[in-house]
Amino acid sequence: MNRITAGRRHPLARYAVLLLALGLLGVAYTLVVPTDDRAAASIASGKVDNVAEGKRLFEQSCSSCHGLNAEGIPDRGPSLVGVGWAAVDFQVSSGRMPMTQPGAQAPRKKPADWVNDETIKQLGAYIQSLGGGPVPPTEEQVDPAKGNRAKGGELFRANCIQCHNFVGAGGALTQGKYAPELTEATPKQIYEAMATGPQAMPVFNDSVITPDQKRDMIAYIVGLQQEPNPGGAGLGRIGPVTEGLLLWVVGISLLVLAAIWITAKKRQAQ
Amino acid sequence: MTDNNHDIEQPDDRVPKRVVGTPSPAASTTLLGAKETARTAEAPGVNLQDEKTAKKGEKIAALCFTITLLSGIAFIASYVAFQVGDVESTEISNLALGASLTLALLSLASGLVVWVRMIMPKYKLVQERHLMASDGETRSYVGETFLQGAAESGITKRPLLRRTLLAAAAPLGLAPLVLLRDLGPSYSDFPEKLRHTVWGEKTKDGKNRRLVVEGTGAPIRAADFNSPGGILSVVPEGYEHDLNALAKAVLILIKFRPEELKSGTNLNWTHDGIVAYSKICTHVGCPAALYEQSTHHILCPCHQSTFDAADGAKVVFGPAARPLPQLPITVDNEGYLVATGDFAVPVGPSFWERGDAEAEVREKGGHA
Repeated sequence: MNRITAGRRHPLARYAVLLLALGLLGVAYTLVVPTDDRAAASIASGKVDNVAEGKRLFEQSCSSCHGLNAEGIPDRGPSLVGVGWAAVDFQVSSGRMPMTQPGAQAPRKKPADWVNDETIKQLGAYIQSLGGGPVPPTEEQVDPAKGNRAKGGELFRANCIQCHNFVGAGGALTQGKYAPELTEATPKQIYEAMATGPQAMPVFNDSVITPDQKRDMIAYIVGLQQEPNPGGAGLGRIGPVTEGLLLWVVGISLLVLAAIWITAKKRQAQ
Repeated sequence: MTDNNHDIEQPDDRVPKRVVGTPSPAASTTLLGAKETARTAEAPGVNLQDEKTAKKGEKIAALCFTITLLSGIAFIASYVAFQVGDVESTEISNLALGASLTLALLSLASGLVVWVRMIMPKYKLVQERHLMASDGETRSYVGETFLQGAAESGITKRPLLRRTLLAAAAPLGLAPLVLLRDLGPSYSDFPEKLRHTVWGEKTKDGKNRRLVVEGTGAPIRAADFNSPGGILSVVPEGYEHDLNALAKAVLILIKFRPEELKSGTNLNWTHDGIVAYSKICTHVGCPAALYEQSTHHILCPCHQSTFDAADGAKVVFGPAARPLPQLPITVDNEGYLVATGDFAVPVGPSFWERGDAEAEVREKGGHA
């Protein structure tokens, strides 16, 4: 203890205390913030009625925001009538729904414990039964190998890059919302996002962008995802701008701090 | 080198005046020797490090130098060990060489810094400022030199040189004044060009111009663009690749549920909840096309101007001063979307002659 108290006047002591306090705050926040630990739904084994089972799952995990009959609750969750099975598959398989707390953005996260192909199918069947809507694509519709990357890139640049950036790095929107990066989206999720327009994203239905064009775009996006990052961290892959900014802000600050430290006059005991 | 030698080599008047607080030249010339500690300690303004700090510093610096030694060896070793050839092995070699050399040089520098900070003595110096002005002798010497130079250059004696130099400078000085002509009122048709887009022109066979999708060039059937929350980037038929025309004419086409549209939108210019706005931000002309279907906000990425697409694209946030102009659209007899005329007000950012175009339209009883 004496050694610690002796060091409290050390010039670095205040930085150490600040770091420690920030660290503690962060740890405390992660402990307090609500996590998605709703009771895992028991997955019925054997043949069950998908719609009935889906309704049970819905009441358990979704109805607090979307209403008991998916009619929506003002300022909490929108109506899900007519959004379709594809929307359920996109939102639940990417972990966006159920949200841990209401907020501007529903971020991608690890899906809840009860989520698997079977439960998504049941939930989707229930939502589909309410008012129809887009259904998930077939394997072939989203096979990147069958798409034309060049055409997909053209469509991507005409329709997507204003929000998602030309390498799919995402970008900011208004009031805390943002267009997510596309690095983790699966081909199926990309298709469903275009077809259903999740959250703030506009809808690109099959008559505006045909399923073939969607597959071309998937091929392009998957190509972007597989692009290697020579030299380590990609920094959003938007080129020398970010790299230069990083060097200026971080590198030069460090150099300045180092220069100050090297030339700093040490306090002399008089 | 001894103290005596120093005095002989440098006569008194060549020795710089000693700054108050620095050790005397006699005390500062010794590089090595047993008497060093004793001498520096006596000099005024010099604070020696206490022995404990110096010992600690010695250890740290020595550790740094040892790291340099090891990383230097590691550098040579990795040069030998990691051969380059294909991309992957080159990456490994680069990483090993770079890391070891970085570590070596970094710890060498750190060691030197620690040496200076923890082992060498600290100086407290006071330096007197000298007189700013030069003395009279120097000044008159400079004046003479200048005049001599002027005479030698012949600028007074050779008028041809002098006059051509002045003539050479004249157009360069005049150029900025000539450029001011562009600000004149009647010089070009530029302001008038800014008021109109190709949407106002009929096609060659006299029909209304169709809206086509940017990129594919396909016309848009209103019945196909039927999902509320949809958006398309649209260009005029026949001008798909004319960048001069597109600079003013690009549109965003948004589909709403009819009940979502508010009073700011001119419903006569929409078709079945489909609204067309200029894509060019009214602030400084960036393409404003970040559309959020949940809030109906159109966001311009340059300066965060935000427009409410459901309410006539009025500004809800940011530096833009005016709504995005709305284009009057309808469908032709084949069901494709067409423009029925030009924008009522000039698109894009303000220009000097623009005036308050919105107010003029309202005075005539129109909808801006």
